[in-house]
Amino acid sequence: MSENIISLKNISVSFDGEVILDKLNLDIKDGTFVTLLGPSGCGKTTTLRIIGGFQEPDSGDVFFGSERINDLPPHKRKLNTVFQRYALFPHLNVYENIAFGMRIQKKKESEIKAKVEEMLKLVSLEGFEKRRTSTLSGGQQQRVAIARALANDPRVLLLDEPLGALDLKLRQEMQVELKRIQSRLGITFIYVTHDQEEALSMSDTIVVMNHGVIQQIGSPTDIYNEPENGFVADFIGESNIVDGIMHADCDVEFCGARFECVDTGFAKDEEVDVVVRPEDIVVVPKEESALRGTVTSVTFKGVHYEMYVDVPGEEEEWIIQSTVAQEEGKEIGMTVIPENIHIMKKYTGDYASDIEFE
Amino acid sequence: MFLYAPIVVLIVFSFNQSKSRSVWKGFSLRWYENLFRDHNILEALWTSIEVAVIAAIVSTVIGTAAAVGLKKMNKGLRSVMLTLNNIPMVNPDIVTGISMMLLFVAVFGATGLFRPGFGTLVAAHITFCIPYVILSVMPKLNQMNPSIYEAAQDLGCPPLKAFFKVVIPEIMPGIITGMMMAFTLSLDDFVISYFTSGSTAQTLPMVIYSMTKRRISPKINALSALMFVIVLTLLVVINIRQIREATRKRNEKFSG
Amino acid sequence: MKKDSWVASPFMLWVVLFTVVPLAMVCWYAFTDSTGAFTLANIETIGTYWGYLKDSLIMGAVATVLCLLLGYPVAYVMSRASWGTQQTLMMLLMLPQWMNFLLRTYAWMTILENNGLINTLLGKIGIGPFHMINTKGAIVLGMVYNFLPYMILPIYSVMEKIHKSLFEAANDLGANRVQTFRRVVLPLSLPGVITGITMVFVPSVSTFVISQMLGGGRNPLIGDVIERLFVGAAPNYNVGAALSLVLMVLILISMAVMKKFDDGEETGGLMM
Repeated sequence: MSENIISLKNISVSFDGEVILDKLNLDIKDGTFVTLLGPSGCGKTTTLRIIGGFQEPDSGDVFFGSERINDLPPHKRKLNTVFQRYALFPHLNVYENIAFGMRIQKKKESEIKAKVEEMLKLVSLEGFEKRRTSTLSGGQQQRVAIARALANDPRVLLLDEPLGALDLKLRQEMQVELKRIQSRLGITFIYVTHDQEEALSMSDTIVVMNHGVIQQIGSPTDIYNEPENGFVADFIGESNIVDGIMHADCDVEFCGARFECVDTGFAKDEEVDVVVRPEDIVVVPKEESALRGTVTSVTFKGVHYEMYVDVPGEEEEWIIQSTVAQEEGKEIGMTVIPENIHIMKKYTGDYASDIEFE
Repeated sequence: MFLYAPIVVLIVFSFNQSKSRSVWKGFSLRWYENLFRDHNILEALWTSIEVAVIAAIVSTVIGTAAAVGLKKMNKGLRSVMLTLNNIPMVNPDIVTGISMMLLFVAVFGATGLFRPGFGTLVAAHITFCIPYVILSVMPKLNQMNPSIYEAAQDLGCPPLKAFFKVVIPEIMPGIITGMMMAFTLSLDDFVISYFTSGSTAQTLPMVIYSMTKRRISPKINALSALMFVIVLTLLVVINIRQIREATRKRNEKFSG
Repeated sequence: MKKDSWVASPFMLWVVLFTVVPLAMVCWYAFTDSTGAFTLANIETIGTYWGYLKDSLIMGAVATVLCLLLGYPVAYVMSRASWGTQQTLMMLLMLPQWMNFLLRTYAWMTILENNGLINTLLGKIGIGPFHMINTKGAIVLGMVYNFLPYMILPIYSVMEKIHKSLFEAANDLGANRVQTFRRVVLPLSLPGVITGITMVFVPSVSTFVISQMLGGGRNPLIGDVIERLFVGAAPNYNVGAALSLVLMVLILISMAVMKKFDDGEETGGLMM
């Protein structure tokens, strides 16, 4: 495939003695939509600011293609940023906001005009040239911010939680729009968010981060279906995570029952995390499975029912998603096909507290 | 710093033995002694404080009520009133001063009542203080959630009581700021007092002015030094508390 | 809810009585003679005071420009400093304002006098004495000294509100520091500059205290003339009112011009 446009090598940052990024290495391929995903304080925004040039790493190198750009100030980098709260210039109208970068480059007025029109068309804001930015809705301001950043013809566009301030419906619209703009222009988008849905629906590649360390890099399907550790599993979608013991390759015990799985390479009797997605659990009559529990609550969620099941001896209740509702108080059996049981190395952190954000 | 040099000079020479304002002849407290024996100055100080207290209280009451009323007024009348409210603030002091002087002299001339003096002085001070009170109360009123007044009534509180129980506490910071501004503005004012006080009342700044015209006594230096030190201590105490408070709030906001 | 607006009535009464009526009286006096008959004579005599008026406007303008040149960089540095430093600088700036301005001006008298501090010190090293007090320069110095904070504060308060991300956005779009300043900071701080200019210009033009204390009455300004016409030995309220009226109108015009300039800058951005 294409080559790397941005490479981070051994980037470390600390602030007030707290480690924000710890020897981070990341390669970003040209022309892809990459999302940095993680809870707040995981270092994703810092990573973006280092790429943008707004923050200097304590150590490590930043490459743009093959050029080291550590000492290049932001205004000389061939990338542009869509800021968290848009950062539109309040004293300039829509046209002048978008033209800002080109005016700095002292481009010809005719050229500027053509470019601004093109950009407004790209973000579907034709006819808004003369409007003051303060009279625009949040979604429109967002589009202006995108148009402004793209008007400079950057090779890379950095987006720092750009949809954070919008309501749900607008956010979904803008997700589609952003993806469309990216594939149309074919440039690299580096997108920062804490919203896993956003990441899953837009990205070519997702980089899951926590505590300044990359947890997993992969396509949305990889990340969702094959989480590499408990943190990723828990952060991306809902999961049942329980303690287990690997007796041998493809033989795992959890909740007092033994299951066949597809994972290999663990030591004999190694303690592991077992992750099962709620939608992968099949409900069977209690006699047919060694894994049993009592249904404690049933909630209708639209497409499916969400049920909590109390499994004896387990601290936390299991969560099941199914299109068939069970009766509350009923004792049921649960089975999982081997491919849907994910075995992971023990994660020592506390998932719940790691995922707490905003 | 440019701003402080003159004040330092002033204070240093308040301790000078001789009358000279440029040659140091040794340390002495005689000008402070003289200052406290000067009845004229002490009386003027007292007048200043009286005027400032009355002006601050009256202008706060009128101004707060005005801010509340203005908010409920229809737009046209409100913008007219706000423009009028701005007049004393944008007009040069001297014009505000002489315009009121014309009024007071004319009323006294025509009716023999309201002889220019303490009364007219207070009225003039209230006039230039009200706009500042309104301007500091208004933003607090706008920030306030209007439903809380309705909520109080909904919970069975009669309107007037609801106003005092709910609205007033909510806008209190604005009222306090306004009152403090009124007090200090009044204490500090010279130009408007100069034209509106007639010949019977004298505020401290007026005495200072007449003293500087005669250009003699380092008593002024002593007075300045004293006032500066008092204000300084007060401000340092208040400000340190405020900065701590603000910094704390800010930190909370950022870490939260 | 409209019925509650009665609480503003004391205020309305007060404004009419002590703001509207007095201003109406200024107009009335300006257009009548001592017998109360209508006349334009007062307005016509203003020509004889033109020199004072011109002096006031020029000196006010010079003081304002100096305040702007001194104050703008201070405000800029202050707004970009850390929060704690901002608070400290603000306190340092405001502190002298708490000393009555007569006293502050008086302090300059003692410094600038012919046998004042500067000349005494200079005399010790064998130069001088220089004649400083009772000059136009001394008056302008007094204006700048007294009103400088009025320039710094409004500029600082608008600059402080410029969010850091706007600097980053400009930077991101290719602007260097100078370009960021010229294209973002300067236009955004303009409202503060306008406020600052009016807050310095108005009291400077209309002062009589500074010109009397530091100018020794030898360089009378329009404020001095008005003061003498009202409380001097030979009062003439009618001419005084006429002059005040002219002063007020002049200030209003200059403020309107400034306002226009401000709006023009903002909309002018579209066409540039």
